Amino acid sequence: MTVVDVALGAVAVAFLLALVRVLRGPTVADRAVAADVALYGVIGAIALLALRQEADQLLDVTLVATLLGFLATVALSLLVGRRGS
Amino acid sequence: MTWSTVLADVLIGVGAGLILLAGVGVVRLPDVLTRANAATKATGLGLAAILGGVALAVGTTRAAVVLGLAVVIQLLTSPVSGHVIGRAAYRSGAPLWQETHTDDLGPHYRGGGPA
Repeated sequence: MTVVDVALGAVAVAFLLALVRVLRGPTVADRAVAADVALYGVIGAIALLALRQEADQLLDVTLVATLLGFLATVALSLLVGRRGS
Repeated sequence: MTWSTVLADVLIGVGAGLILLAGVGVVRLPDVLTRANAATKATGLGLAAILGGVALAVGTTRAAVVLGLAVVIQLLTSPVSGHVIGRAAYRSGAPLWQETHTDDLGPHYRGGGPA
């Protein structure tokens, strides 16, 4: 199980790094990209936690979150494009 | 340690490493297009590898179906979202890296070379 623990740590570091970019900006698109990375980090962490805690219900969350992440990115990019034009 | 647990560990390790790489790239790269490039590639493959590894490690049919579906969705949508966000960023006039020396879209959208 140690690989899972190390992977959780790596995903947490990636989440924090993405958060740095969300705070720094400078454009809305930068924040959208970084929020995307942060969300994928969270999805990976949920899947790893489901394995670590043997909680099979959490696996459904990854499926829903994957779809929601795509929709959120597309919606944000529409917002970015509209603001620019 | 059977081959499936070893493979699951390898997949989880590779996936977590790729997501970590995406985080580093998002912080260190110079402009929004390069950041989107790093983020999309690394998270697309990285998350797919983690989910595949978890599915192998859990080993039930239900986990395989749910996570397999999530992997397919992830591999289909990740390039699309990367393209869409990069296109929106370019068209909204996000600054390019100063060392960008080929900008074929510039004359059409920005009225000149690299901005």
